[in-house]
Amino acid sequence: MSIRERLSGNEASAIAMKQINPDVVAAFPITPSTEIPQYFSTFVSNGVVDTEFVAVESEHSAMSACIGAEAAGGRAMTATSSNGLALMWEMIQIASSLRLPIVMPLVNRAISGPLNIHCDHSDAMAIRDSGWIMLFSENNQEAYDNLLMAHRIGEHKDVMLPVTICQDGFITSHSIENIELLEDDVARKFVGEYKPEHYLLNSKEPISVGPMDLQAYLFEHKYQEANAMRNAKNVILEISKEFEKLTGRSYSLFEQYKLEDAEVAIVCMNSTAGTTKVVVDELRNKGIKVGLLKIRVYRPFPAEEIAKALSNVKAIAVLDRADSLNACGGALFTDVTSGMFVNNVQIPTVNYIYGIGGRDTTSKDIEGVYSDLMEIAKTGKVDNPYRYFGLKS
Amino acid sequence: MTKINKESPWQDLTPGGTMYDAGNSLEFKTGDWRSVKPVYIEEKCKQCGLCFPVCPENAIPVNKEQKREDFNYDYCKGCGICANVCPFDAIEMKEE
Repeated sequence: MSIRERLSGNEASAIAMKQINPDVVAAFPITPSTEIPQYFSTFVSNGVVDTEFVAVESEHSAMSACIGAEAAGGRAMTATSSNGLALMWEMIQIASSLRLPIVMPLVNRAISGPLNIHCDHSDAMAIRDSGWIMLFSENNQEAYDNLLMAHRIGEHKDVMLPVTICQDGFITSHSIENIELLEDDVARKFVGEYKPEHYLLNSKEPISVGPMDLQAYLFEHKYQEANAMRNAKNVILEISKEFEKLTGRSYSLFEQYKLEDAEVAIVCMNSTAGTTKVVVDELRNKGIKVGLLKIRVYRPFPAEEIAKALSNVKAIAVLDRADSLNACGGALFTDVTSGMFVNNVQIPTVNYIYGIGGRDTTSKDIEGVYSDLMEIAKTGKVDNPYRYFGLKS
Repeated sequence: MTKINKESPWQDLTPGGTMYDAGNSLEFKTGDWRSVKPVYIEEKCKQCGLCFPVCPENAIPVNKEQKREDFNYDYCKGCGICANVCPFDAIEMKEE
């Protein structure tokens, strides 16, 4: 029997971690993810988990401790946000390149400066090419579900990569919503035990981790890593199927919401998808055929599948909650349009940068995007592909 | 563990470059990093024992009688610390 609860996104993540019962959690507080290790540390104090909790002196140390613990053969987790992730950045690359399947909730928040602690995706975008599997979550339920699937995905022998589970800072992390939880033993059974093939604390097989890797080797190791990322797509689908059998909740690489017969579509991630679904329903009630493609799996990026799913619409808007400051559109826009181009899908597509630094994203904003798209669909013309909404001008 | 060398294809390398073996730094000869070379002048050496404890590479072998022998050039990087501590000019640094 599942348990009906009402929890914030941070509480939901901490409860998933409790059910996972990792060997080591090393964390340093940073808003808005602070509550996750805070709640988790009470589980440690109350003896409901067997975890060694390491209160480190910085996020760089948090990730370093996780790397050590995971290499030793344990399951290691941490959680962070924004500048905390930025301070981890060096070790983020070490974790993935050493093929250590660490799992980390990432509560998305603007990278300062000027100083801002509110939601956008600039933190996640700064590690998008770091060899981490990145799953995005629309609400607390998805943050919880994705976290329960994360170890199974990352630890799979064809993958062996770290996984981060994103959710929107404050909007999801601090908002209380209804949620359906698995019972502890059911969740724990689904996650299973971690049995690495090679690990430092195995006295029968002494190993060396992270050796020199010069001109003759690094290229091949990066190719292996890239292959692991390619393999991850099928593994994610496989684990998601298994999760669906257990919970009835269905997950894929992305969610198609009324996209099948849509004339125009929005592509976005995290909580904005929830707002967009409301607008889609309202416009559909008026007979306007709009749809949504919500990215769940951002890394590996399902370029081919997305291109195919979008191939029948007449106009597309890709919403980026981080400005890439590169004069050619946000990261998601670049990924989507590159996927479309390579797969010979030629449809007028525009980019909207929005919600920077926690700027509210309203249903009116989304309606505005759909209305722009209907115009583009009618004329087939795009005057400026690099757009903004919610910007005061 | 399969023997990995500079010609190994990606399929043969271990994930993350992990070595399923310990003590293997002996196989990594660092002597070719050297640009200057210490030369041992045995007749000047008093076996005072100051040089070998300061060698960062353990490249000065010591025998059972606690006497130093000639340099192990497989690992000596030519840092010159030994020549610097020698009170008897029994180690001379020479260009490679």
